[in-house]
Amino acid sequence: MLVHKKATRLTIGLTFVLLILAIIVSMGLGSVQFSPVEIIKALFGHGGEVSDTILWDIRIPRVMLAAVIGINLALSGAMLQAVMNNPLADPGLTGVSSGASVAVLFILLVVPQFSSFIPFAAIIGGGLSALMVYALAWKKRGISPIRVILAGVAVNSVFGGIIGLLSLLYSDKLPGALQWLNGSMSGKGMGDLRVMLPYSIIGWIVALFCIRQANILRLGEQVALNLGESLNRVRILLSFVAVYLAAVSVSMVGMIGFVGLVVPHMARMLVGSDYKHLIPMSIGLGALVLLVADTIGRTFFAPLDIPAGIVMAVVGGPYFLYLMRKGDV
Amino acid sequence: MYSMLEATSLSISYDGNRIVKDVSLHVNEGEIVSIIGPNGSGKSTLLKGMSRLIPCESGRVCIAGQELSAMRSKQISQMMCILCQSNQTPADMTVEELVSYGRTPHKKWFERLTHEDHEIIDWAIEQTGMTSYRKRLVVSLSGGEAQRAWIAMALAQRPKVLLLDEPTTYLDIAHQLEVLELVRSLNKELGITVIMVLHDLNQASTYSDKICVIRSGVVELVGKPSEVLTHEMIRNVYGVEAEVEFTSNSTSPRIHPIRRAVANVG
Repeated sequence: MLVHKKATRLTIGLTFVLLILAIIVSMGLGSVQFSPVEIIKALFGHGGEVSDTILWDIRIPRVMLAAVIGINLALSGAMLQAVMNNPLADPGLTGVSSGASVAVLFILLVVPQFSSFIPFAAIIGGGLSALMVYALAWKKRGISPIRVILAGVAVNSVFGGIIGLLSLLYSDKLPGALQWLNGSMSGKGMGDLRVMLPYSIIGWIVALFCIRQANILRLGEQVALNLGESLNRVRILLSFVAVYLAAVSVSMVGMIGFVGLVVPHMARMLVGSDYKHLIPMSIGLGALVLLVADTIGRTFFAPLDIPAGIVMAVVGGPYFLYLMRKGDV
Repeated sequence: MYSMLEATSLSISYDGNRIVKDVSLHVNEGEIVSIIGPNGSGKSTLLKGMSRLIPCESGRVCIAGQELSAMRSKQISQMMCILCQSNQTPADMTVEELVSYGRTPHKKWFERLTHEDHEIIDWAIEQTGMTSYRKRLVVSLSGGEAQRAWIAMALAQRPKVLLLDEPTTYLDIAHQLEVLELVRSLNKELGITVIMVLHDLNQASTYSDKICVIRSGVVELVGKPSEVLTHEMIRNVYGVEAEVEFTSNSTSPRIHPIRRAVANVG
């Protein structure tokens, strides 16, 4: 057990080392390449004028934003999986992301003068969507995993339809929203990162405080009740954290699927299902996965900038099928 | 001897069907009380209602004189523990980890386990004879061992009252006796009051101070095993003809089922 715990800590530690390496490498990749030494120099304020401009104005915000969004989506998935006691729950599959997207798109296309309310609208849209899925998946005394997915499909298709409708009705304004719609981090700058970071950190802190509650939910409803947990309060809190983290991410970069599904699953394989380890591991791995996806998207087909959402869909879809085949689900 | 758990006129409904009807049950400190009755008679529902796992439509439950509805759920957990029939454990959870969750009701929102908590966890593992299994995964244990691990978790809660819903289901006869003997020793040595739902009439007879017979959600009879387990009761409640044998110097009768009673059923 002690050895096992050490191995777990080592795995988490290595993931973060890998993340830091990936951040440095990714910052160097692009139309202008930088060596790791140049990047570290620039990070400590000793870069030249050119590297400073490119790194600080373009690369650093983009790389950091990918990492932050990756963390948000991974934690959101981990929390939803705890609440629904279902390894398939993820903000994309459960409709939280598409609910938030509809709200954001409505403001972008219909009432752009209210664009400062976008994060709040996203949270409300994502929350309503989560409520709908809960209500649809609820049967007798519990939420069944299969019904969550079925309800997610239904809710997603309804919101997908609304997104299509809005896009047609406001096609003149659509080009501006198209990048966002595909889950792209292209053209994001330091200002965007500054907006995103505080929102995200609040969510991360609350998530860290939910570790014990998430763990108790693993033992099932009746045991949680027996241990004196107010089940509804725990569920509402965890769901809110999940919706919040997914919605603020959607409001910034649009829909990016599968991170919330793939990352906690990989984390579980590596460090086990104890949320004490699963949460830190999801943080490290979430940042790493989305950063790699975004870096692939912007470098493999350069000068084309493929949105990270598309990369995740292409890679994540088959991974989802693989999970189903393996029978873990 | 004072009243430890007292249910007064409890009624419980599921989906509009009244499963438990105006049931009152009085359990003294240090007693083992078994609830018996046919399938679907509302035994488990009554147990869950008494432990606030499911809401009661009417009536009240008091533990050591305090009304449950006026207590916080956490306070209740510090005095009472209920183990349900089928429990899920994550595939990678060890016995020790499972038992440590029993300390939850005694901890604040973000409080860590103290030295004292670890001592209680060790004690609970020892009491249930799980010392050599503590690093094992719960899912790798046999049914009887797993049940003992769950009882260890219950002990770590330091309850005054332990409620068990069919603790011997799915176990072979040796493990059934093992679990029931453990329950009895916890009752005798630690003074924990036990209320359990049992199916086996002979086990109820052997291990209980008092038996409560439920039929169609109503209390049919309550009393000592020798008073309750009669030929007439078994015929009326289960529709079975049985021989009831009293062995010498024992207050626990033996039941020998013979055949289904043809008349007087329902």
